[in-house]
Amino acid sequence: MADPLDDYIKAAAAALDLPLEADWQGAIKANLAVTLKLANLVAEFPLPDAAEPAPIFRA
Amino acid sequence: MSEDLAWATASDIARAVASGAASALDVIDDTLARIEERNPALNAFTAITADRARAKARAIDARPDKATLPLAGVPFAVKNLFDIAGLATVAGSKINRARAKATRDSPLIEKLEAAGAVLVGALNMGEYAYDFTGENVHDGPSRNPHDTSRMTGGSSGGSGGAVAGGMVPLALGSDTNGSIRVPSSFCGTFGLKPTYGRLSRARSFPFVASLDHLGPFARTTRDLALSYDAMQGFDAEDGACVERPLEPATPELARGLSGLRIAVAGGYFHKGAFAEALDALARVAKAAGATDVVEIPEAARARAAAYVITATEGAALHLERLRQQARDFDPAVRDRLIAAAMVPATLVDKAQNFRRWYRGEVLKLFARYDAILAPATPCTAPKIGQQTFVIDGVELPVRPNVGIYTQPISFIGLPVVAVPVPLTPLPIAVQVIAAPWREDIALRIAQALEQTGAAAAPRPNL
Repeated sequence: MADPLDDYIKAAAAALDLPLEADWQGAIKANLAVTLKLANLVAEFPLPDAAEPAPIFRA
Repeated sequence: MSEDLAWATASDIARAVASGAASALDVIDDTLARIEERNPALNAFTAITADRARAKARAIDARPDKATLPLAGVPFAVKNLFDIAGLATVAGSKINRARAKATRDSPLIEKLEAAGAVLVGALNMGEYAYDFTGENVHDGPSRNPHDTSRMTGGSSGGSGGAVAGGMVPLALGSDTNGSIRVPSSFCGTFGLKPTYGRLSRARSFPFVASLDHLGPFARTTRDLALSYDAMQGFDAEDGACVERPLEPATPELARGLSGLRIAVAGGYFHKGAFAEALDALARVAKAAGATDVVEIPEAARARAAAYVITATEGAALHLERLRQQARDFDPAVRDRLIAAAMVPATLVDKAQNFRRWYRGEVLKLFARYDAILAPATPCTAPKIGQQTFVIDGVELPVRPNVGIYTQPISFIGLPVVAVPVPLTPLPIAVQVIAAPWREDIALRIAQALEQTGAAAAPRPNL
């Protein structure tokens, strides 16, 4: 079965007009896997709905 | 060419030039000769601004008020992401070589030169500052003066190499996740990453707008403080620069450790550290009288969030270059940025929400302590080209993981002085971390550590 991350990378590259060559895909996948793992480590930390992001827009 | 001058401090040079005991032109000629001699081995400089430096030195020698200049005749160099009038701002890349030449110096160069310092060149760096090694596929690696087969650390690799190698007493770098503190650690220099928003970043090539800082490298705390004081001041051209009064740190240096409450970061900041990092931390903690161990809450998650924000903001900055010129990037940088361009915005927003929570929690610690000590890097300088190392029993790539202890700190903009501990055979630094806007406290502690001998910039055998 194809790895969904491979499919995602191919689809995202096409949808976002990003270059993707066959011999780059392995390194891109490895980097994306690490970044998503770290992003999910952050995302699973419980914060209240009212939590504000660090940058706050001021008019 | 004088060997003494190679290791003279900026303060010593300024005093000699201001008093007329030395001429700025002699200092600059000597510096340029030393750069020519040492740069082939260290690969710290990517451009040398000899003509402008000599003209500036002559102008200083002719000034009747040179005695008032705090950095009279002090040679300095800057990471090649600072604008230098007449040069393209390459930021370690091939792509930027096609940019128009800068028409004006960056404000930090202008401020240092207004204080009498003399720019002598631009310094090697990791491509677009997305790097902790100091290696560069276009310009070749910066080399560590203590062992030229080893990394300087990055991304301000040339800045660390030039100062540690006795080519200049003062250099500027940038620090988004550790790029001043990591080369300070590997090369054994003092480095200051000021509070986010303290020093102007105008006319420098950015990386991650919400995390970028600029700051100095030097071989003594006093030189760090002198240059930092000269560079302070609000600048509306940098949207993140905060309007605050000037808060000179140099007059505070002599106050010592009296009254300061200093703790050591435990938990995350010990996990994975090699023996030399823990040895250096223990020496500094002992000299500072720091016995309390505190847990910086959720530091691993903070590092993760910094990693995500860095990758995605960096990808946004370079999006069009990735689309148009992907083959001209360093492949390691390109592959990280393309991957980051595919990260959903929802996860980035989560990281920004976490960032605010984390800031609040860490600031609570500064109600109890004036400063916190932590390792700067998990190990001393790896070999150039080394791809992996073992952190906490897991083999990990070197390039993104050297900054595991620096990232949770810069993530919320805290001021840090990296103090070098002169271990044998290689130095390694400890972070002295203070509350926002208290650079003076971190510098006071660094000065006290230097006076005890616990911190010192070791002289390499060149």
